[in-house]
Amino acid sequence: MTEVFGVPLPALLGQLLLGLVNGSFYAMLSLGLAVIFGMLNIINFAHGALYMMGAMLAWMGMEYFGLSYWAMLVLAPLVVGVLGLVIERLLLRWLYKLDHLYGLLLTFGVTLVIEGLFRSFYGVSGQPYEVPQALSGAINLGFMFLPKYRAWVVVASLLVCLAVWALIEKTRLGALLRAGTENPRLVQAFGVNVPLMVSLTYAGGVALAAFAGVLAAPIIQVSPLMGSNLIIVVFAVVVIGGMGSIGGAVLTGLGLGVIEGLTRVFKPEASNVVVFVVMALVLLARPAGLFGKVK
Amino acid sequence: MKLKNIAMAALAACGFAGAAQAQISGDVVRIGMLTDMSSVYADIDGAGGVEAVKMAIADMKGMVAGKKIEFVYADHQNKADVASAKAREWFDTQGLDLLIGGTNSGTALAMATIAAEKHKPFIVIGAGSARLTNEACTPYSIHYAYDTVALARGTVNPMVKAGGKSWYFLTADYAFGASLQADASEVLQKAGGKVLGAVKHPLNASDFSSFLLQAQGSGAQILGLANAGGDTINSIKAANEFGITKSMKLAGLLMFINDVHSVGLKAAEGMYVTDSWYWNQTPEARAWSRRFFEKMKRMPSSLQAADYSAVTHYLQAVEALKTDDGEKVMAKMKATPVNDFYSKGMIRKEDGRFVHDMFLMQVKSQKDSTEPWDYYKPVTRIPGDEAFTKLADSKCPLVKK
Repeated sequence: MTEVFGVPLPALLGQLLLGLVNGSFYAMLSLGLAVIFGMLNIINFAHGALYMMGAMLAWMGMEYFGLSYWAMLVLAPLVVGVLGLVIERLLLRWLYKLDHLYGLLLTFGVTLVIEGLFRSFYGVSGQPYEVPQALSGAINLGFMFLPKYRAWVVVASLLVCLAVWALIEKTRLGALLRAGTENPRLVQAFGVNVPLMVSLTYAGGVALAAFAGVLAAPIIQVSPLMGSNLIIVVFAVVVIGGMGSIGGAVLTGLGLGVIEGLTRVFKPEASNVVVFVVMALVLLARPAGLFGKVK
Repeated sequence: MKLKNIAMAALAACGFAGAAQAQISGDVVRIGMLTDMSSVYADIDGAGGVEAVKMAIADMKGMVAGKKIEFVYADHQNKADVASAKAREWFDTQGLDLLIGGTNSGTALAMATIAAEKHKPFIVIGAGSARLTNEACTPYSIHYAYDTVALARGTVNPMVKAGGKSWYFLTADYAFGASLQADASEVLQKAGGKVLGAVKHPLNASDFSSFLLQAQGSGAQILGLANAGGDTINSIKAANEFGITKSMKLAGLLMFINDVHSVGLKAAEGMYVTDSWYWNQTPEARAWSRRFFEKMKRMPSSLQAADYSAVTHYLQAVEALKTDDGEKVMAKMKATPVNDFYSKGMIRKEDGRFVHDMFLMQVKSQKDSTEPWDYYKPVTRIPGDEAFTKLADSKCPLVKK
């Protein structure tokens, strides 16, 4: 059998693929963060809590209303998006002129409130959620069994990332959005409702988090704490990619997933730290991140 | 300054002497409980554990030896320093008479030292480290529900007997995971099995699939999960997804009924679990559990039942002696057998280990489960002497050899 650094090639391929699966979660979450930071200048710490809400909503839909996974894949992001609108209109909009720190503190507070509410109602040990019938089972790739559901996660998240990127970089709406962040008063003078656009951007960003949450529900323990376990890594991904860079967030997300996957083979204990080591190295060499522009 | 110190010491001495003479110190019996109320272990003990203690007090009508019983509790946030600071505060300023230690071994070890210093009984329920009755034993600690040794013996021995001789461990990379793996490996080797390998994963790992693929590559028959809570749940979920369960049997070395509830029967079906108690094991257990369910809307874990049992045992000792003097009550608790819906047995005089039977249970399939929380079918009863460390093997300095 072919070996790479003492690890059989099939095993290595398997780990690379798993890294890609995890990377697509990072990509989708950091994409939402990057969009929100790029357009609103808000460091949205509540992203993890809203991701958790997505997963919890998927479970609640199933438990209380018998709604399928597929229905919740659409509904949960909508519900969280509306909540995002409320948060933006009621709270965040007062902070745009202030330092980033205020946005971070406020959204951190929002996180504590949301997590606390779910914790007091549902406890911490989590709820069962099964892989949808159509996606159960696995595909034999020769070097490993890839569960169909994981393949779906990669495809779905890549499609969503691509769509968001195209929307912001290639359409007129995206152009207005970007112009609105550069010079809101000028864009407003052209008759564009900038505050509404900003609200919708925030709603869209957090809807992405909820979408990732629903995707995660069948494979990760659905509990009120699931967001806080992930959010720090996702922030590291955004920082490595360059704050506010959309393509950077997606590529870095996938790349770090793969690096983490490889670490699990060679030094499993270090797999939680490797992202931060990469972050430190990148920041030493490029303080604005891999794809960020120095302002 | 010096004078003041002497005066304080004299005052303290008077206070101490006074307390020793009085039947019930401060005319009230105060029970304090420190456990994880908000984080990873909050479901297996937490608010449910607090409720269980309240039930125990209510069943004594709130009175013992003619005096009022008071109950205080707090969240130690899984931090040893928070636990010890709070315990010290309660002993020093509130005249606490009994301290109940909830989940998390780090906090329990910290509290044990303080209770011993204050000569007050300390009953550990939720924490699992066998150190509590070995290297870190004190004359004032009782280890009530279970420990890592009992869990390892309970699960490993029967599985080896059933033919599962080669094991691979998935171990949480911190003190608890390491000791669980070490205890299980020792039992495994004695029983004639062997360890083919182990992979250490970080605490709260985000994804277990790669660790599981490594485990599958080992060709072992049994995958031992030397982790807890969310990590165990995520390991089981991923093992099902990747079809690991077809080639390997899973053994959870520390699983509570709440974990099974959260994994779901479909994924947990067929797993072996060792526990000190199950809500549906006897009519008495069932009756108590229904009362608990009324209040908490979920069935009690073994720890919550043990909370009730331990507090009741303590209060009965106080009632019999008509005093809450730490030393006397400890002696009484150790001299009186425990015999209730939770367990039957004796608290060992030498090291404070409550020796009682443990149970190996198997998780039911969805088909066999007839009502909510109907999760286990009993497999074997493990006699207390076999489950827990024998006195001869104890590392407790108080045990005379």
